[in-house]
Amino acid sequence: MDHDCLQQGTAMNQRTLIKTSWILLFITPALLVVGVFILLPLFMTLFNSLFSWNQLIRNEFIGLENFRRLLTMYPYSERFLNALQNNGTWFISTMLIQNSLGLLLGYLLSRNIPGAQAFKRIFFIPVLFSIVAVGFLWGIYLKPTGLLNNFLDLIGLDNLKRAWLGAEQLATPSLIMVNIWRWVGFPTLVFLAAIDGVPQECLEAAYLEGVSEWKLFWKIIFPLIIPAITIITVLTVIGSLNVFEQVYTMTGLDGAPNYSTDTIGTLFYRTAFGSVDAGSPEIGIGSAIGLIIYLLTFAISLVSIFFTKRKEVQL
Amino acid sequence: MKRNVVICLLIALVLGGSLFAAGTAEQKPTGTQEMTVLEFWTWRPEDVDFYASQIAKFEAANPDITVVQTAHKNTEYNTILSASLSGGSGPDVFQGRAYGGLATFADSGFLEPLEQWMPELKNYSATALLGATSPTDGKIYGSPAVSQTVFMFYNKAIYKELGLSIPKTWNELIANFEAAEKAGYIGLGNGAKDGWTLETMLGGMGAGFYGGTEFYNAVVKGDKNFQDPAFITMVEKMKSLTKYMPDMYMGIGYEDMRSNFINELSPHLIAGSYEAAFFRSQNPDLDFDIFAVPGEKASDPAYVSVYADMNFAMNANSTKKDASIKFLKFLSSKEFGKAMVTDMKMVTSVPGVDASADPFIARVLELQKNATPYLFLVGFRYNQPTGSSLWQAAAQGIMAGTLTPAAAAKQIQDGIASYYKPFQK
Repeated sequence: MDHDCLQQGTAMNQRTLIKTSWILLFITPALLVVGVFILLPLFMTLFNSLFSWNQLIRNEFIGLENFRRLLTMYPYSERFLNALQNNGTWFISTMLIQNSLGLLLGYLLSRNIPGAQAFKRIFFIPVLFSIVAVGFLWGIYLKPTGLLNNFLDLIGLDNLKRAWLGAEQLATPSLIMVNIWRWVGFPTLVFLAAIDGVPQECLEAAYLEGVSEWKLFWKIIFPLIIPAITIITVLTVIGSLNVFEQVYTMTGLDGAPNYSTDTIGTLFYRTAFGSVDAGSPEIGIGSAIGLIIYLLTFAISLVSIFFTKRKEVQL
Repeated sequence: MKRNVVICLLIALVLGGSLFAAGTAEQKPTGTQEMTVLEFWTWRPEDVDFYASQIAKFEAANPDITVVQTAHKNTEYNTILSASLSGGSGPDVFQGRAYGGLATFADSGFLEPLEQWMPELKNYSATALLGATSPTDGKIYGSPAVSQTVFMFYNKAIYKELGLSIPKTWNELIANFEAAEKAGYIGLGNGAKDGWTLETMLGGMGAGFYGGTEFYNAVVKGDKNFQDPAFITMVEKMKSLTKYMPDMYMGIGYEDMRSNFINELSPHLIAGSYEAAFFRSQNPDLDFDIFAVPGEKASDPAYVSVYADMNFAMNANSTKKDASIKFLKFLSSKEFGKAMVTDMKMVTSVPGVDASADPFIARVLELQKNATPYLFLVGFRYNQPTGSSLWQAAAQGIMAGTLTPAAAAKQIQDGIASYYKPFQK
């Protein structure tokens, strides 16, 4: 009897070992990727931000001095705040314009408007384009002699012609509009899928009750697609705090004109790696910016999830 | 049976491979010299052919050395180079930046000091060597290659058509702009979308107003600063030029402004000597020349701003220093310097090269009689925020009308004073 139990125990142990080995086999590559490409750079960034640097050489440990300089010393603090404000503009504009438009388009497509299938593809095509190619092409379209100004000329609105990427007040809004043009298809499809996932019986019951389309949307569809809104909000937070490529390709690493398009992404790159015409690298401060970007993204994403989840429960 | 055939084929393949491999090894002549392969990096993809032809000459004279050229995009060069050098690898010989760009690598210990390897460096001009010297230890880390000069390009054909002549005073220059505008041309082709082109503009037109080298020396010592009335006057003069710049000049980038000049939409462009070869390649019929922007009075010196633009440097961790020095010496030879003049239309820093054989270079040298250091690059590009970055952003504010000249001057002064000791007195 004891022998049988022992054999059974050994067999179970062996099965557990084999199972564990299989699990390890499958998760090890993913763990390695996360470890090498995410966790290690993150800790290296934290480590680098705590030291003073002589050009590219790490010197002595200085604690949080780089963070103090970044947040309190001119011109670092001014640049950082300015960049952060621009990221804020990106987030608010994207939420208000792109995601609202995405919701509207998603809803219209779910109502099977004529040509819905074609529009679905048309809206999504720009999402597939390379961001660098989009930046480059729109950079040409938005030149003073570019497509947009020529079009305005053609329709008799030549008084609206502007240096879209050269005027401080217009440069960031122009970049955001291009980003919306490129990206609006994504929230559209996510919202469309979410609306299509709303139980048909709920909608039918509402129709039988004679509920208006407006009420149907706000009282039934909207509460049921909150999970999709959560996802889009978190992605918008992450995207807005990581804006880089479009600024780099359209207005340059210096966030021209006069830092009006600077974001914490371009500020980080410029500070950490330097730029050809305007500076040597400052790795300590650059690392501090990098770490703050990470913490901000993480914290705001958590807050967004918490807020929208709570809304989900309430509704 | 089938399996046996497959096994036999595999054995045959492996044996055959080994035999051929052995044959290849045997074919290598014994007793030949070991080949040294040098990695050479540049930031000039557009000059790959030029360097390839020069490398061929070097290899012909040094059959035991092979040079592998890699050209990186200009804007990515520093990042790629610093990542490679930090990782203990990187090229053996490479194009290096000047001034602060050189100090970044030299102070990090990535560059080999060259004086003991190349005693001929003492023959170079002091101006050229300044761009190759680290201000930290005073050692020379690069072999100076070329200098650049900033001035006004003008279209001779349009000048002839409009009956204009090279201006001797600021008012005459403005009159030329107005005459060009009246004839339907853009008075001045420059734009303001790319901040660095405004630093070029400062270099081309500003020195006469802020006081040239005298101001440069005073401001570097901290005896004067950027809130000096002369500097603010210069900024006001620069702002006054917007009247003659293209429509929506704030959206006109570097490529557009060059295009304005190449396509003869404007007879004027403030730019650097490095543009000449490009202009000729894009429009061989373009009839252009250069002049120094005049001061208020004809008796004022017409300054051009000059800076060392490129050095050839050696990786301190290179394991092939002897071969690298041979290549560096070649890049510092009169033969190579001459090729830089004739093929690249650049002003070589190599001493003893007769650059005057080329009319354009001869004219550049003539204008250099009133040379002054390119203010922010030469004097204030060693720490962040550099004078260049501060000027470029502030200048965009000035040109757009969102910053007054006085506010811009304060912004620049405060930014540099945050680290520059002579301004903290």
